Amino acid sequence: MNRAGKQILFTLALLALPILAHAAKIGDISETSWTEQAIDFFSFQQPIIRTALIGTLLIGFCCGILGSFLVVRKLSLLGDTLSHAVLPGVAMGFLWNASKDPWAIFVGATAAGILGVALVGWIKQTTHLKEDSAMGMVLAGFYGVGICMTTVIQNLAMGNKSGLDKFFFGQAAALSSGDIRLLGIISLITVVVILLFYKEFLVISFDIGFAQALGMPVKILHYALMALLTFAVVVSLQAVGVVLVSALLITPAAAAFLLTDRMHWMLVLAAVFGMLSGAIGAFVSYLSNNLPTGPFIVLGATSIFLLALLFGPRHGLLPKILRRRKQRKRIALENTLKAVFHLNENSQFTKRAFEAGKLATERNASLHETEAEIRNLVKAGMALRLDTANGTKMSGKAQFELTKPGWYRACEIVRNHRLWELYLTNAAQYQTDHVHDDAEDTEHHLGEDIVLRIEARLKNPIHDPHGKLIPNRDAIKP
Amino acid sequence: MREHFFPDFDWHTVFVQPWAEYGDNSFWIVLMGFLVSGTCGLVGCFVILRRMALVGDAISHSLLPGITIAFLLTNSRDTLPMMLGAIAAGITTVVLIEAIRHSSRIKPDAAIGIVFSSLFAIGIILISVFADKIDLDAECVLYGELGFIPLQDIAMLGGVEIGPEPVIRMAIIAVIAIGLLIAFFKEMLVTSFDPGLAASLGINPTRYQYGLTLFLSVVIVSSFESVGVVLVIAMIIFPGATALLITDRLPKAIWLSILFSLLYAVLGFHLATWLEASIAGGMTVIAGFIFGLVWMAAPKRGLLTKLVKRSFKRETTSP
Repeated sequence: MNRAGKQILFTLALLALPILAHAAKIGDISETSWTEQAIDFFSFQQPIIRTALIGTLLIGFCCGILGSFLVVRKLSLLGDTLSHAVLPGVAMGFLWNASKDPWAIFVGATAAGILGVALVGWIKQTTHLKEDSAMGMVLAGFYGVGICMTTVIQNLAMGNKSGLDKFFFGQAAALSSGDIRLLGIISLITVVVILLFYKEFLVISFDIGFAQALGMPVKILHYALMALLTFAVVVSLQAVGVVLVSALLITPAAAAFLLTDRMHWMLVLAAVFGMLSGAIGAFVSYLSNNLPTGPFIVLGATSIFLLALLFGPRHGLLPKILRRRKQRKRIALENTLKAVFHLNENSQFTKRAFEAGKLATERNASLHETEAEIRNLVKAGMALRLDTANGTKMSGKAQFELTKPGWYRACEIVRNHRLWELYLTNAAQYQTDHVHDDAEDTEHHLGEDIVLRIEARLKNPIHDPHGKLIPNRDAIKP
Repeated sequence: MREHFFPDFDWHTVFVQPWAEYGDNSFWIVLMGFLVSGTCGLVGCFVILRRMALVGDAISHSLLPGITIAFLLTNSRDTLPMMLGAIAAGITTVVLIEAIRHSSRIKPDAAIGIVFSSLFAIGIILISVFADKIDLDAECVLYGELGFIPLQDIAMLGGVEIGPEPVIRMAIIAVIAIGLLIAFFKEMLVTSFDPGLAASLGINPTRYQYGLTLFLSVVIVSSFESVGVVLVIAMIIFPGATALLITDRLPKAIWLSILFSLLYAVLGFHLATWLEASIAGGMTVIAGFIFGLVWMAAPKRGLLTKLVKRSFKRETTSP
């Protein structure tokens, strides 16, 4: 609880940072009428807005789908490596005919990306260096070559109009219609390839040994996926920038991973999250002139991830905490019921009513705590107060009685406890003095189904290992 | 302005002129390059052994918001606030990565990617929003440039000029690194190779892990001005990785990594002079080149060495 709480605090702090940044930004922009810009954006009248939006949507879509395969294969940072490794290829493509020709840059960058990925694999295979070092070297080494080349290009006569700086931080407005066409083609290829070879990609993602045993061309599939990834990274560079494109591969897919266990749903969710982040980034960066698109796309994706981390129905932190709290409450309730049963048993089931003070002694708890427990019982409709004449004020002498459902539940818990003790001594050869603690825990988790099976296997026993009666629901009716 | 990517190679302009005409500046730049890559390499040996290379990458990216926020709060470019901001950012990165890892089923690699990209994005947004108030250039942080370090600020000690301030600052960091290495060598060795044994010897591995992370942040922040946040990773990983291809002994690997750093600084400087390119970029190209050489031809494990040995063996054993 304490630990989880701390973690939530940290994540909230992380969430607060971008919000603070936003607040500062909105304050700045209000002078230049960001509402007008927003209305302008949503009218979709200007072609530049449409191009930027379509571009970021396609990028989010592609990266979300392909990133899912990286995330499930624990190769997330290969995306990072790839995005840095394409830089020399971009510069090379630019040198090819000294202009920002999307096709030349595309070819150069793809070649560099695939070479980078191949080198990572090769270093890993032929040396004893670990994968992270190999990735770090390819990432930084290729990037260094790229930096060298871009600084040279900026010194060259044609360098001034290169616009290569857009590749570092990304500006969706810089997307041309040629880029959009390229993006569309890449998205189409991605979808077609994934649909055609879905089963193959699924198998190599989760069990590469099995894929090899089936005779699948594992290497070819791996490099096909890497080629698609490189395509996606290269076409995303202009809108998102070199450093942040890896976030688009990882974050939407990780958010989807938190929400589902099925690969096809993960792909769909990751694509949707990617598109959503793209749209958020395009919108926010349009609000003012000097805002880069890439970082806002990334923060959009991070916000989605944090929402999934906190509120995801199955793996989310908050639902987990709530579930745990509910379970703890149920266990406390059941322990109280069990204590009441013991009080009854001590009186040979002659006295059904019990006193709050006696229960406190039985539970080894203070009167105050016990009163809270009894109140919970009453609230759950499992106990009734008998001496209502004295008012509702609690005291050690206050008299209570279990209702019918309360009594049934108490019997069930005690039966679970004693059956489990007997099962451990008979079937698992435990010593009789070692079974109590285990049963204390297990009694709360045994379902009706298992209880019936244990009863059948032990041939409907009557006494537990300590010689006490195992309550039979029909026999001990209040 | 020139027309060709590769200018004509001329021994005199590349190797003699920088020393003859700008002797002092060239000396300080090469020394700075050596101090940066040497210190990074020293820390890097342990980073590689602990498989923290990509954590280093994450930390180096996260420094951006750290120093930006420190700058916005103090409105100065002094070393101390920047250093504190960077250390805070480094710790935040590691803590967030651990928090995501432990609180969900997200794997560590994805956690690293999510954390550093988000922090980096926050940094870039802060810089572009406060562009008029901030004297930090995002591109400068990304590239870094050894040629632009302010050499005119001379540090004085007891009335004697001892050298440009940034170089002296880096030298102090390097001396601290060496001091820490000598003081904690045994502990670092044990916790790097066998955390279980370390714990049984009464050495807390987690404490040393965090200590290394902390010092890594310090080294990265003092280096990023010269080499930029991405290439600092090259300076951290390449010397150690290359050295570990040659030897299995850690002390020997550390000596080798310092030797490699010297090569990077000198050769990188001349390569950059020749191409008129970024010096940090030049150093990284040299680092990659040397790694390639060693990978192919290291005495025991080089690919070509193995190949030659194998064919030699076949010749001698075959009848």
